[in-house]
Amino acid sequence: MSIILDKVNYIYSEGTAYESHALRNINLRIEDGEFIGIIGHTGSGKSTLIQHLNGLMQATSGGIYYNGRDIYEEDYNKKELRSKVGLVFQYPEHQLFESTIFEDVCFGPKNLGLSKKEVELRAFSALRSIGLPVEYWYQSPFELSGGQKRRVAIAGVLAMKPEVLILDEPTAGLDPKGRDEILAQVAAMHQELNMTILLVSHSMEDVANYVGRIIVMNQGSVMMDGTPREVFGRYQELEAVGLAAPQVTYLIHELKKNGIPIEAEVTTLEEAKASILQVFEGRGKNQKQGTKQEML
Amino acid sequence: MNIIEARKLVHEYFRRDEEGNVEGIVTALDGVDLHVKPGEFVAILGHNGSGKSTLAKHLNVLLRGSEGTLWIDGKDAMDEKSLWEIRRNAGMVFQNPDNQIIASVVEEDVAFGPENIGVPTDEIWKRVEKSLKSVRMLQYRGHSPNKLSGGQKQRVAIAGVMAMEPKCIVLDEPTAMLDPNGRKEVLDAVEALNREKGVTVIFITHYMEEVIRADKVYVMDHGKVVMQGTPRQVFSQVDVLKSYRLDVPQITLLAYELQKAGLDVPEGILTREELVEALCRLY
Repeated sequence: MSIILDKVNYIYSEGTAYESHALRNINLRIEDGEFIGIIGHTGSGKSTLIQHLNGLMQATSGGIYYNGRDIYEEDYNKKELRSKVGLVFQYPEHQLFESTIFEDVCFGPKNLGLSKKEVELRAFSALRSIGLPVEYWYQSPFELSGGQKRRVAIAGVLAMKPEVLILDEPTAGLDPKGRDEILAQVAAMHQELNMTILLVSHSMEDVANYVGRIIVMNQGSVMMDGTPREVFGRYQELEAVGLAAPQVTYLIHELKKNGIPIEAEVTTLEEAKASILQVFEGRGKNQKQGTKQEML
Repeated sequence: MNIIEARKLVHEYFRRDEEGNVEGIVTALDGVDLHVKPGEFVAILGHNGSGKSTLAKHLNVLLRGSEGTLWIDGKDAMDEKSLWEIRRNAGMVFQNPDNQIIASVVEEDVAFGPENIGVPTDEIWKRVEKSLKSVRMLQYRGHSPNKLSGGQKQRVAIAGVMAMEPKCIVLDEPTAMLDPNGRKEVLDAVEALNREKGVTVIFITHYMEEVIRADKVYVMDHGKVVMQGTPRQVFSQVDVLKSYRLDVPQITLLAYELQKAGLDVPEGILTREELVEALCRLY
């Protein structure tokens, strides 16, 4: 089970003065249960790429295969594809519209033509998995905080029971706590429901903390594809295209430059802490012995 | 004299149900004291719904307080007559660049503000050129705003405010919708205005990294100012900030964690350079 993109190209307004090549020869294989971060500056093709994955946009050339089937085949059920590959747009809370949170979450599955009972069961489990307390469920979604609204909007997509969940900058505009809550929730869904997750983000720190693989987009092409360590290790190349590595990656490199023998492949705060402490622990013992001797 | 002087400022509004019946009273600002000297760069932090934006809207009288006093550049904000003068002296930039650009050409958009306050035409064009230059957008003066990136649009919005030659500029999460490059462009432009033109800046944000160069940081929670001080003073209280749903810059957090683990790192480290230096000294 996987998504395969084979030489996908997408050209906007082909044949006009506004023609622009938004995706160039994209070859990717996304396996079941992966947690992938997609980074790239504005206009690098990230959003165009993810909209291809559930068939909202159709490639100008090339093929996309979902679980082995060509989604551009004439008899392919695009509607089913869209329920399997859930897409959460930027600022999804702008799409809330029902008078209660519960009804809003029911909207998606209702449109799949399921029975009322099944629709409500799905809404229940979706709302439970985003961790919104039950007392809110029958209130208007518009009275929630920004972070809560966004989680409700994500629940609306979860209720479609997607196998793949794509989130386009799910933390933009949220306060730090709201950001951590959403990302922790997404990570939990990845673990518990074994969902494949694609996270589009501008925050290198967030990406480094959660994902197992990073795809870097630049000018419509895949520029890098690897683990956070592999990708952020090439921070100079990232900078050349307007991106950066997490702050701690730079810190450790600078320490190394200053002559401290330290493990340099670091992308998260925990890793940085561990490798700094490791260096100092060895020395700390020496220092302690030193003081002991002085005391003697 | 302080350019902004708020004392015990309170803003209450009624929450209404669908039929318009009053459901309750919300206190969005609860006794806020704010003192800003001319030329200062002041950052306001707070979680979603903490009252930061409500406060910002008071600073150019889009909202008026229910209690307390607010003086802006020596004018009483509660006084109907000083409304336009205050708005001219305290310009405002909002979060979404697409909501605040109205003209189809960049330079016309920047000219909109001064035109509205009756600046003579010759002077308008001088100001347009000067303010576009100050945000490094002069080469785009003849462009259509909708082809610009988010960071560029936001800089045009800032130029539009600057063309009114305000003494003070209030930016309400101007970087929230931008990518890292756009954020840096906007922050650089605002810092340059503050440093070179002496414009007083009130900068509201969720990104902790953006306020480490501010002169003063205010933290809001539930409509109250709960912390204030230099970035170093505020960011050295990691646990307190976390209790207000906030965070510290990643480097500050790392320094704090190292300190907790027993390393002798000084408090309130803000930048990578500081931490590198501290660790090298220890080594």
